[in-house]
Amino acid sequence: MNPSGHSGSELETSLGALAVPAPASVALGALLAVGLADRYASIDSPLGRVFVAWNGRGVSWVSAERDPAEFERRFGEHVGRPISQADALPADLERAIRRRLAGDRRARVALDLRGHSPFEVAVWTKALEIPRGEVRPYGWIASEIGRPKAVRAVGSALAHNPVPLVVPCHRVVRSDGTVGQYSLGGPDAKRRLLASEGLDTIGLEAEAAAGVRFVGSDTTHIVCHPTCHDAQRLTARHRVRFRSLAQAEAAGYRPCRHCRPVSTAAAA
Amino acid sequence: METDDRLATQLARDLDGAFPAFVRAHQDRLYTIALRLLGDTRDAEEVAQDGLVRAYRAMASYPPGRVATLQLRGWTAAIVVNLARNRRRRLMDRRPPRSLEPLLAVGFEPADERTTSGASTSIGREDGAALAQALLRLPNPMRAAVVLRHVDGLSVAEVAAALSRPENTIKSDVHRGLQRLRADLERSGTIDAAPRGVQPPRPRTERLNGQTLESLP
Repeated sequence: MNPSGHSGSELETSLGALAVPAPASVALGALLAVGLADRYASIDSPLGRVFVAWNGRGVSWVSAERDPAEFERRFGEHVGRPISQADALPADLERAIRRRLAGDRRARVALDLRGHSPFEVAVWTKALEIPRGEVRPYGWIASEIGRPKAVRAVGSALAHNPVPLVVPCHRVVRSDGTVGQYSLGGPDAKRRLLASEGLDTIGLEAEAAAGVRFVGSDTTHIVCHPTCHDAQRLTARHRVRFRSLAQAEAAGYRPCRHCRPVSTAAAA
Repeated sequence: METDDRLATQLARDLDGAFPAFVRAHQDRLYTIALRLLGDTRDAEEVAQDGLVRAYRAMASYPPGRVATLQLRGWTAAIVVNLARNRRRRLMDRRPPRSLEPLLAVGFEPADERTTSGASTSIGREDGAALAQALLRLPNPMRAAVVLRHVDGLSVAEVAAALSRPENTIKSDVHRGLQRLRADLERSGTIDAAPRGVQPPRPRTERLNGQTLESLP
């Protein structure tokens, strides 16, 4: 077939020998890009060092273990994909997360929430809307996502938030006003985090303990969640406290259009 | 290939579950194709990785019936050849043609090449490097045909399908490509002159990016 005979097949053999193994980065990079492997690195947060895992689809896991080995074990348990440690987060991802933690809700952080129920994703997506320095009760999320009776399920979804801090589940509190549980270190960590966002957690919990659930303005006759941006600007003179939304409405107050207060009387 | 047929069936049934095995089975050959087309390890790494990602996305968007019947070797080779062509065009746009020589010469030999060449090779490692460089001096369509046919080992029919060209064109490209490689290596003294009957190819002038280059210096 080949006019050059033996020499031709030798050349073909030599061409075949030009095969080389791919560097490990090829497979790792491809699996990472399609979301079948993750990387992780630590970043500083108001709660100290936390580990952030990500893949090509987005941030997949955030938690605050003591060391990398512990983090990898926990990630393996919950997510199960191969994971490897990186020196740092990709610069644009780290920048976006920092902007989010600083309260900039326009910063886009892709999240990899595959494998979770549509209900859980709806809860977490709603939590993303709560501004920095404010809190909402579980019942507010339930009502906003059109499942007003699913308050306990909301609490459970928030407890299983795979990406705390990025999805600010710490801004959702119990309907009685106590801060409630938090996956990154319990109620104290949650208070510390909320305080770092400028919230007076001591005052908030004291008012809640005294039965205050909503706050209104006697000039505008608008009623808000106590930490709503609008409510926080009220001077003491014009600040009116309510035990329930019904009480506020009976007094001629209308719900704030920003924080959309809902009756949580039935809520846990 | 039988293992590829089984792999395609598995990919059709459970893409995420079977994709890591697909990566393991094809990464080396896709990297090799990219490296022998582009000559640069960094470029080859990116093209091979990008090729695997594109294969995943394509399979994710195809109906399972189509994934199950994919000819994985030819199909993935086609993806990588296209990516390599696009990358070369971008590089040409960015760099003036006179940088062609350094571009081709720099880092075409990966550090770990020694692990595969040697023993069964009919020409030594040094000569493998010379052959790899001679490949890079082939005009593009001819180079792709030779790389897919003899470096990757696809059949003429598979190469034709991967490059969307007639089998006869592939046969003649591969044939002329081998002639040129031989002549090139003879000229550089890497191999002894071929037995008579082989016409050394005439140096041909290529149009490249609007500039005229001697493809065989």
